[in-house]
Amino acid sequence: MSAVTTQAGPRPGASGPAAGRPDGGSALRHMMSGNGMVTVLAIVLSLVISAVLIILTDEEVLEALGYFFARPQDTLVAAWEAVAAAYAALFRGAVFNYRAEDFTGMIYPFMESLTLSTPLIIISLGIAISFRSGLFNIGGQGQMIIGAVFATFFGVHLQLPFGVHLLLVVIMGILGGALWGSIVGILKAATGAHEVILTIMLNYIAVYLVAYLLQTPVLQREGSTNPVSDFLEPTAVFPPLLGDSFRLNWGFVVAVLTTVFAWWLIQRSTIGFQLRAVGANPAAARTAGVSVKRMYVVAMVISGGLAGLAGVSQVSGTEKVLNTDVAGSFGFDAITVALLGRSNPVGVFFAGLLFGALRAGGVTMQTETGVPIDIVLIIQSLIVLFIAAPPLVRTIFRLPEPDPLQARTGADPVTQPALAGAAAATTTTAGGTASAAESAVIGDAVGVAAGDAASPASPAETASPAEAAAPAGAQRGTPDAGPPPGGRVTASPTQDTTGEDGEQR
Amino acid sequence: MSTTVTVPSGSGSGASPATGSAPQPQREIVRHWATPITFAVLTVISLLVFALGASGESATFRISTEADAVQIPDIVVPTVAAGWTITVLLAALTVWGLLAVRRRGTVPGWGSAVFAVLFVAGFLVWVVGAANTTTVFLTGLIAGAFVLAVPLIFGSMAGVLSERAGVVNIAIEGQLLAGAFTAAVTGSVTGSVWAGLLAAVVAGALVSALLAVFSIRYLVNQVIVGVVLNVLVAGLTSFLFSTLLSSDSSRFNSPPHFSSIRIPVLADIPVIGPIFFDQTVLGYGMYLIVAALYVGLFHTRWGLRVRAVGEHPKAADTVGINVLRTRYVNVLLAGAIAGMGGAFFTLVNSSSFSKEMTAGQGFIALAAVIFGRWNPIGAFFAALLFGFATNMQFVLAILGTPVPSQFMAMLPYLVTILVVAGLVGRSRGPAAAGTPYVKE
Repeated sequence: MSAVTTQAGPRPGASGPAAGRPDGGSALRHMMSGNGMVTVLAIVLSLVISAVLIILTDEEVLEALGYFFARPQDTLVAAWEAVAAAYAALFRGAVFNYRAEDFTGMIYPFMESLTLSTPLIIISLGIAISFRSGLFNIGGQGQMIIGAVFATFFGVHLQLPFGVHLLLVVIMGILGGALWGSIVGILKAATGAHEVILTIMLNYIAVYLVAYLLQTPVLQREGSTNPVSDFLEPTAVFPPLLGDSFRLNWGFVVAVLTTVFAWWLIQRSTIGFQLRAVGANPAAARTAGVSVKRMYVVAMVISGGLAGLAGVSQVSGTEKVLNTDVAGSFGFDAITVALLGRSNPVGVFFAGLLFGALRAGGVTMQTETGVPIDIVLIIQSLIVLFIAAPPLVRTIFRLPEPDPLQARTGADPVTQPALAGAAAATTTTAGGTASAAESAVIGDAVGVAAGDAASPASPAETASPAEAAAPAGAQRGTPDAGPPPGGRVTASPTQDTTGEDGEQR
Repeated sequence: MSTTVTVPSGSGSGASPATGSAPQPQREIVRHWATPITFAVLTVISLLVFALGASGESATFRISTEADAVQIPDIVVPTVAAGWTITVLLAALTVWGLLAVRRRGTVPGWGSAVFAVLFVAGFLVWVVGAANTTTVFLTGLIAGAFVLAVPLIFGSMAGVLSERAGVVNIAIEGQLLAGAFTAAVTGSVTGSVWAGLLAAVVAGALVSALLAVFSIRYLVNQVIVGVVLNVLVAGLTSFLFSTLLSSDSSRFNSPPHFSSIRIPVLADIPVIGPIFFDQTVLGYGMYLIVAALYVGLFHTRWGLRVRAVGEHPKAADTVGINVLRTRYVNVLLAGAIAGMGGAFFTLVNSSSFSKEMTAGQGFIALAAVIFGRWNPIGAFFAALLFGFATNMQFVLAILGTPVPSQFMAMLPYLVTILVVAGLVGRSRGPAAAGTPYVKE
């Protein structure tokens, strides 16, 4: 998607050297307008807006509002108390329960946060990898469900010794998710169908599929009329990590290992390098010899596999049983986590911890103060909206505008392809351990692509709208759909032929 | 799935124009074999299931109730004969499709439509014949499908309007939900259905305004804004439902309802009478909006401009069209329309608002937009088909059929996948949808 943007709407000077960078007090300015500051302020802003909601719906505040002009301080006190009570409960439920009687009770909330964030981190890493490859995997939910279905099937029906059984269940879960993800990758590669639509539709298909399977002997608990599976065999579940008093299990260690794996994959492996190249600019990657279609399949297989692993961590770890709600809202939460973590594995890990903590704290908040847990959804979505639009946050807090280069290099290629697209073309080649030659080739190709797109003489841009639009629009917004750099407008309107053209070139 | 051949200009039609410096003007025909292949697969299914797998019973379709003014006798269809007839017809269409692709590259859209209708009819006869109760009230089935389709149609119109201007509208779900919520609350507080409807329109437009500001002003990826807005609206409405609405539901959540307006005489026409002439204001409004959007988009100057903005914003800008304003206006209008669809949930269909009551309908509407090829009429019929599938799910559960209801529920999504993958017809969206426009 970003590549199309790069080609369709290049900004002046995008491919050339950036306009001079102002120094002199720029360090502070750089920090104040940078991504970290925006993230922190976005979280603060979301908590403030949610506080306003809590105040406006609090019964005591509304009561005090009735005589606001007689005793305005009552309203203010009630408002303060409502927010303080809610957020204190949120903290007690998520981090540290200072009211508990023993140490176990005190750290129980934190362990619960870790437990809830385990599947969230794993699935979000998968989503982040798809984002880095330029694919919008909205289908984490479906992939997680199918992974959980596979894991449950093998976890319930087989009798195996401890280590082997758990390993098999984990592998099968990954396989299930990868399978569901590969449908998307293959269809996109073969037909050019847009992955957003495919994944949304596959989510619903998975939801109904698991509902069906839980009503047949394949998965339904024997003698039960409810759509719920048997408990997984004790040999197929993750053992508790810190004793039986916490729900935290070895799944969390898997989440940590997965984070390391995802970091290695993206930053240090050849496949990761190719995935990032495709995500930054498919046309350039193709020119450099990367098979874009293959990478689409690979990205979806990895992304789906991790979502499947998240499903395993639910059925083999926390729940130990499969029901229709196994994926809950993890699929969509994962998108917000990946965005908050800027699709960077370490960032995703901490974003996952944060949102897991919000979930855990939300439960306590609901039971202790009556503030519905839905406020967590509001906080999450507001955070993502704000970090996606840094200029908005800067305007609200009157922060200095970043200089143009910082604005572009700092822009998240996922949320702001229009801004970051141009910058990505010049920055993505910086990392990675691929050989210098390979790097240089891709760097050149990216430069060529960016230059071509920016050049006003590019045939695609001078052609009449009808001519240019027809071949370019095989599928909306698909990276492949853009005219190949410097290519003739005669490219046939089908997706696949465009791709093959590009690869032969 | 497709093959490309180059033929001298004039002998082919419907292919992309070729430019370049070829000595002799040439045309490329891209032959899309996927559609006839899919036809063939479905024909085989029809042969195996509808013809060979027929139960031997007769399927009875009741059309009139005793109270109707015009009585039409029940239609009794022998399943075996119907299965074979439909299979033969489908086979003929498949051969015709293969020939059409050979001759001109694609199968005309109406060919796919006829095929789909025949296949659905074959399925209906087979499934009713195989059920425990082999009688179904056809009029009720269709009328129920229409009721279920109303919010889908509103939602899909919102999708068409927004995407034609180049802004992907994943937030239909959120717009519907916001409309349903505000209609319920405002309707309850004011006691007026019209105030409720107005509030729903405003709420839908507000969600759209967020979509527009973030995607047009702040250049945030449109898919992401849409997804996040859905979560935000679901969170907000659920939060307010749990705090305000459930604590005092008689005050906040007992909206008045639109009553249906029966047009005399016309409403007595069998089958279609109740569908077209016994509707609420929202139902009639829906038909008006579909017609207005079709005429507006394809037969007015405004529509031409909107489509230009969606296909090639730079070209549109060059000839003086204000791209950003067009997008803002269209996205806001789309939200208003989806808001109306949301009002249907609480002001017509059910007695009050409940948490996440739109239950994914916004995504089915999105599917209808694609299946209907970004055309209001197409999306209208696609939404009807999906409404029909959803209704079949309920009817089948009552009849006791061999098909699990979950598979009927999957149908809209499955069909959409087949459509976007180009296996059934080809669906191509506006070229610039999803791409923010940055003026140079």
